[in-house]
Amino acid sequence: MDLIWDGLGEAIRIMRSGDFSVWEIAVRSIFVSGTATAVSLFLGVVVGSLIAFNQFPGRNLAFSLVNTGMGLPPVVVGLMVAIMLWRSGPLGEFRLIYTPTAMIIAQTVIAAPIVTGFTAAALRNLHPKLRSQLYGLGASRLQMLRLVLWEAKLPLLAAVMAGFGGAISEIGASQMVGGNLAGDTRVMTTAIMLEVQRGEFAPAIALSVILLALIFVVNLILTTVQQQERRS
Amino acid sequence: MKRWMWAALLAVLAALALLVAVGCDEEEAATQTPQATPAATQTAQVQATATATQAAQVTATATQIVRGPKDIILATTTSTQDTGLLDTLVPMFDQQTGYNVKVIAVGSGQALAMGERGDADVLLVHAPSSEVPLVDSGAAINRQLVMHNDFIIVGPESDPGGVKGMTAVDALTAIYNKGATFVNRGDDSGTDKAEKALWKKAGVDPAGQSWYEQSGQGMGASLQIANQTNAYILADRGTYLATRENLDLVILVEGDPALFNIYHVMQVNPEKFDLVNGPGGAAFVEFMVSDATQAIIKDFGVDKYGQALFIPDAGKDEAQLTP
Repeated sequence: MDLIWDGLGEAIRIMRSGDFSVWEIAVRSIFVSGTATAVSLFLGVVVGSLIAFNQFPGRNLAFSLVNTGMGLPPVVVGLMVAIMLWRSGPLGEFRLIYTPTAMIIAQTVIAAPIVTGFTAAALRNLHPKLRSQLYGLGASRLQMLRLVLWEAKLPLLAAVMAGFGGAISEIGASQMVGGNLAGDTRVMTTAIMLEVQRGEFAPAIALSVILLALIFVVNLILTTVQQQERRS
Repeated sequence: MKRWMWAALLAVLAALALLVAVGCDEEEAATQTPQATPAATQTAQVQATATATQAAQVTATATQIVRGPKDIILATTTSTQDTGLLDTLVPMFDQQTGYNVKVIAVGSGQALAMGERGDADVLLVHAPSSEVPLVDSGAAINRQLVMHNDFIIVGPESDPGGVKGMTAVDALTAIYNKGATFVNRGDDSGTDKAEKALWKKAGVDPAGQSWYEQSGQGMGASLQIANQTNAYILADRGTYLATRENLDLVILVEGDPALFNIYHVMQVNPEKFDLVNGPGGAAFVEFMVSDATQAIIKDFGVDKYGQALFIPDAGKDEAQLTP
């Protein structure tokens, strides 16, 4: 138990001292996972609306695939992306392994199915007559999509939160494709793991507290937006 | 909430992302050397581009800019990272040469496998019996002796197997006979290989015994597991000393010539793999065996642990080191 108090004390000390390396790691975590979430949102909306609005053979299969993707183990994604990006792999010549870009790619693979799944479910749950009504009012396909997405913006925010949560909390993929390089690809989760391996539990707990606070703040902002929207 | 508020929120998010990209630029520029600044700016550009545009372009932009021989991938053992030795040496190397070394700390087994596939430029490992075949196959070249330290057997103070002061082989035999808990790395690392060779020498095979736990993790993590389970473990002295303050384990067996732990550095052969950074690898090998680096290795850890963690050996004859 002492360890937890030590860790909390250490967390407060680090946050008050403005320890540069910790903030740098925190900012990198947000940057990497935020970018991955943004890319996932783009992919998720495109793919999600395609499978939600179109009738085609294998549509149920597509839904199942997306739902399976929502449960992709990050370490498996890490291995797959690493095999592609290693120099001996097919994309090796791009020299992306052990870079933040590699981590963004891996986290996008993790977050995109989550965002896609939430998006597809949200769009499917809209009133079925909404689209035919919009078409009836003379909306073009693109206008229709815009209005429908606007209508589904609250569940879309939930999709963003879930995708971001999946991206920022994973460690297996970040470790494998990023290499946990200090000042380059070290993010909160891999930094915590490193401290634990060194037996430095207090800084590990401190970093955990900061990571939780970080996720909390991001979700607080998104939830506030969501709630305000609901009230207005 | 009106639409303009959504637009404002989006704008704030975009501004944040931009700030992050610029922030990274400053951070890196501050920590990099003058020679390395172009690389830092390039990275920042990649990140800025990544923020500004879509994913497909990230790949394309990174391709154009990051290509080049600035980066060196060093595959090494967990012990060189857990002791903090590379945290001292790598920044010096980067500053002196303008290269950017990426330290990938894995077990020696995985490090050697990365060398074999050309996934790294230079290796710093401690598994001589597996290193020689790699050199013979032509995958690694320029293999040089860097330093050594020794393995120790640590365990709980109560010493249930009564191994204190024994030779390594006798201690393992006693642990086997007693069935005392023993943590094995099980990750094909240099330490793992050394430990298995010792069991073989003792003429007993612990594999499959219920008291013989395989952690599958690095040295630091495995020491933690041994600590929590009151187990014996074979460790390199450097990692043990560096993490001792968080451990209740004590040294029980040491000083046996059979416990020698020798580190070599070697280049991955650039003629065999197109993407390997030959000049960078050569520069790192040269750096590790230089007089200045060897002097730092000699004193590394003395101020913190009261004794050196590694003994520099560059230029010595390995045959005379090995008992």
